[in-house]
Amino acid sequence: MNNSIKMAAILLASTALIAGCGKKKVEQLPPVAEGTEGEMATDPNAGTGQIVPGSQEDFLASVGQYGDRIYFDTDRFNVDTEDQTTLQQQAQWLARYPNTRITVEGHADERGTRDYNLALGERRANSAKNYLTSVGVDASRIQTVSYGKERPQAMGSDEQSWAQNRRAVTVTVQ
Amino acid sequence: MKPQILAGKLLALLALLLMPLAVQAQPATPAAPAEDEPELVEFDTAKTRSIAVPALVAPAPADTPAGNTTALGRQIAEVISSDLRASGVFETSGPNGLRAITLAEVTTPQFDYWRGRNVEQLIEGFVRVGGDGNLTVGCYLYDVGNGNEVTRLGFNVPPRDWRRAAHKCADAIYSKLTGELPFFDSRIAYIAETGPKGKRVKRLAIMDSDGANHRFITNGQSAALTPRFSPNYKSILYLSYVDGNPRIYVYDIDAGRQRLITQSRNATFAPRWSPDGQTILYSMAVAGNTDIYKISATGSGTPVKLTSSPGIDVGGSFSPDGRQIVFESDRGGNQQIYVMNADGSNQRRISFGQGRYATPEWSPRADLIAFTRIAGDFRVGTMRPDGSGERLLTNSWQDEAPTWAPNGRVIQFFRTAKGTGKTSIWQVDLTGANERKLPTPVDGSDPAWGPILP
Repeated sequence: MNNSIKMAAILLASTALIAGCGKKKVEQLPPVAEGTEGEMATDPNAGTGQIVPGSQEDFLASVGQYGDRIYFDTDRFNVDTEDQTTLQQQAQWLARYPNTRITVEGHADERGTRDYNLALGERRANSAKNYLTSVGVDASRIQTVSYGKERPQAMGSDEQSWAQNRRAVTVTVQ
Repeated sequence: MKPQILAGKLLALLALLLMPLAVQAQPATPAAPAEDEPELVEFDTAKTRSIAVPALVAPAPADTPAGNTTALGRQIAEVISSDLRASGVFETSGPNGLRAITLAEVTTPQFDYWRGRNVEQLIEGFVRVGGDGNLTVGCYLYDVGNGNEVTRLGFNVPPRDWRRAAHKCADAIYSKLTGELPFFDSRIAYIAETGPKGKRVKRLAIMDSDGANHRFITNGQSAALTPRFSPNYKSILYLSYVDGNPRIYVYDIDAGRQRLITQSRNATFAPRWSPDGQTILYSMAVAGNTDIYKISATGSGTPVKLTSSPGIDVGGSFSPDGRQIVFESDRGGNQQIYVMNADGSNQRRISFGQGRYATPEWSPRADLIAFTRIAGDFRVGTMRPDGSGERLLTNSWQDEAPTWAPNGRVIQFFRTAKGTGKTSIWQVDLTGANERKLPTPVDGSDPAWGPILP
């Protein structure tokens, strides 16, 4: 109950944000994860100020800044309460666009060996996938891919950067 | 009489070479730190022998597709000198700074001249072109102190393979003087890296053991990782994101083509060859759970699942006889090293030190397993196959993924720089001595050393 209230509030807030501003604000949306470059389809309407419903842009606008990703503790892959809130927001958007498919990208920080980190990224992506299916997203809509430690989001070699890099990012398949 | 003296000197040399190893072979002393921190191997910096390598003589200078034999004589001497020096076991001089020798000297060295220059071992030789257009390279090793020939070798190679003749000569001399198996005439597959940390371009590349004959295999459009040369050097297993997902391919070097090792919708990674090249070991993640599988290298047959623990079982490396596999698993809570029979039976943990243990690689000499130990920093070390005798060979921020020289005496690994993420390939002797960076045209990671060339 609490969750859905919170979700509704966030959705309202982000809708208001988009409605109020158009292009300029859209450009200030969270940067797309480094790793998703190339996988994302280019939105033909980008730059017109219009967000195409069901697009990656729409998804990002809907789930809010960094709402496309969940974070993990070192060497862990469990989905905690905060992650559940994030994934529920994603699931709600996905429920509005039942034909949209997603890829969940699993990542690890640089402080692990390469092969193990590929396996760990798989685990994290699957944790997110499993939670999304548990809240009603059809498993057939969700692909996973692990990038291990190959695509860091934050470039530092410090705890703060590593915390940002231990993540599972949801990207729409256009 | 002389052979006996020579034998005595060689024995003394061998004793000197083996001494550091013998010291380290002792079990851990009771005085070891309480937290069971493995010791960092202290190494003996004393060089053992001074070897002179004057340019090989070209008695009848002739042009070849690889250049004139006079130039080749000097270049071959440079490679021999460089190989032996890089092994860390020898101090070498020449060909630069040494006088030219005559053909007569190749079989009748002027020992007094070299004694006067504190040379203990002398390598002389010749290079000429035969009727078939191939090079004949003669290579002689002398003990200057005793005024004796120790060994002589001849190689017939196409001109383009002149470096191999040099490596083979260096290998023979290295083996003769150390009692170790050869390793110079071998190749390395690795990942060449360029670009900033967040956008690394990773290309499959190959090179000789000394960095020469470098060649890029992939163009970097999709990331390549973790290559492994097949034992016959005809193909390379590696991971590619070419279809957007991590999948293992086997790349045929001559044909320039690759194929998936197995059709699967799941991620496949951490590929390895069996020592006979007949079997491929790989790891596959199914619904987040990674296990180790094996499959015939021919591409036929069905995969055999070797592990089934709920967790990450990954990597793996066959023992040289192909009967056992050492691998990595977090089934006990975090990454540790396990050994199993090649059919998956009798799985048992062997690493019990402080921290996590990863990337085990069985020595081609069977006696040791190299690993990455993660306890804060990443360090490369070795332990016996029963887990005893753990030793750390390196001490840096992030040293990872050891690979063995064909003789099980030298280990390569890659080092990642804190902050920048820049990578480089390094080499260290089994004793922890003679750590040095390998020359690569760009950054390098994931080195995989192949066997002695066929």
